[in-house]
Amino acid sequence: MQRIIFAALLGISGAAFADSGILNKDCVSCHNITGPAAQTLKEAFAKKGPALFYAGNKYRQEWLVSWLQKPQRIRPAGLYYGDHIKIGAKSDEIDAATLKDHVVLSKDDATAVAAELMQLKAHDDLIAKEKIEPGTITKQNGEMNFDKFWGCMACHLIEPEFGGLSGPELYTAGKRLQPEFIASFIRNPQAWEPKTWMPNKDASNGSIQKFVQYFDVLSRESANAK
Amino acid sequence: MLNKLSPVFLLAAILLAAAIPAQAKETATDNYKAYCMQCHGLEGNGKGVNARDMAVMPRDHTDAKAMSGRSDEMLFKVIKEGGTSISKSNLMPPWAGTFTDEEIKDLVVHLRTLCKCKFGT
Ligand code: HEC
Ligand code: HEC
Repeated sequence: MQRIIFAALLGISGAAFADSGILNKDCVSCHNITGPAAQTLKEAFAKKGPALFYAGNKYRQEWLVSWLQKPQRIRPAGLYYGDHIKIGAKSDEIDAATLKDHVVLSKDDATAVAAELMQLKAHDDLIAKEKIEPGTITKQNGEMNFDKFWGCMACHLIEPEFGGLSGPELYTAGKRLQPEFIASFIRNPQAWEPKTWMPNKDASNGSIQKFVQYFDVLSRESANAK
Repeated sequence: MLNKLSPVFLLAAILLAAAIPAQAKETATDNYKAYCMQCHGLEGNGKGVNARDMAVMPRDHTDAKAMSGRSDEMLFKVIKEGGTSISKSNLMPPWAGTFTDEEIKDLVVHLRTLCKCKFGT
């Protein structure tokens, strides 16, 4: 009811909010949209796509709309990374032949699906605990905090060509993710995904605020223009 | 034997079993494959898919000489509390939030099979 009024107020056709049926038809074979998260490694190894049951607390809606129309790889080694690497000359390498392109949606479908995903709001409690403090950081200090003080570059690309490959690229984190999610996930990754490959590094709140600010700075750079 | 157990005891046992979450312990092989392999590599030789840009290379777990220089207690500590706890790189994270102590002990045993070595040999 509320939604109908809201849609009418905005002058948007009610159809944009109706269940398009796409998620259940084309997405649930790879994405968990109901929860709970993987509780065992067996389940975690078998994941074919990231969990989406808390999508509404994680992603920026406008990013979802554009990415679903033009998906580009976020996790350089896919999911589960161990299934997409091979022994290389200097170190293990990504086995690109094993990675598949993501399904592409039309503009209308992407808009409808993004709106539906934004309603999947598991873990409101974790989000409510986060307070994003206003402030900014220089790129240099942000990089120092990320690479040197906390060693986060071990698993994450922080530039298109610099960093680790088992986690999602983070130079795009600011445009993809809600700041409260970023803070909450770093504070306690296991609260979101009990079996995640990301360790809890016990980062102080001050450092967590700096990560959020740093990703925001990076999101304004040209590498993010894609 | 069973009929000697009082119903109260049985009930308590059932309630207790239900109260403990069925978080089964993972095997060291699976834990290594999930968490350690990203940096220490498919072969455990320190050449993981994440190693390329690291300032300090991950430990080669097949290096018997280096690994025999570490006591089991030290290996336990570095897994649980991270590299800085033994004055090594912070690129080795603390895994206290990921593993139980028991799982870490199993990983130490697993490391000894990878290096085919013991402390001080
Ligand atoms: C064949 C399996 C598969 C199907 C089917 C699939 N996805 Fe995905 N999806 C993935 C994988 C794998 C990723 C991670 C991509 C990456 O990291 O580069 C992903 C990523 C995403 C993301 C980005 C989220 C993130 O954190 O990386 C969204 C949003 C998404 N999928 C939505 C959908 C929707 C909506 C559908 C149905 C129309 C769908 N997917 C169908 C496998 C799938
Ligand atoms: C050992 C590897 C590893 C380290 C070290 C690591 N991460 Fe992660 N991180 C991951 C993986 C893997 C994920 C994907 C989590 C999932 O969905 O299970 C992730 C997810 C994230 C996310 C959410 C991104 C997204 O798109 O879902 C953020 C933000 C993040 N990490 C920040 C950090 C920060 C900041 C640090 C340093 C304090 C750090 N990470 C250290 C592996 C790591």
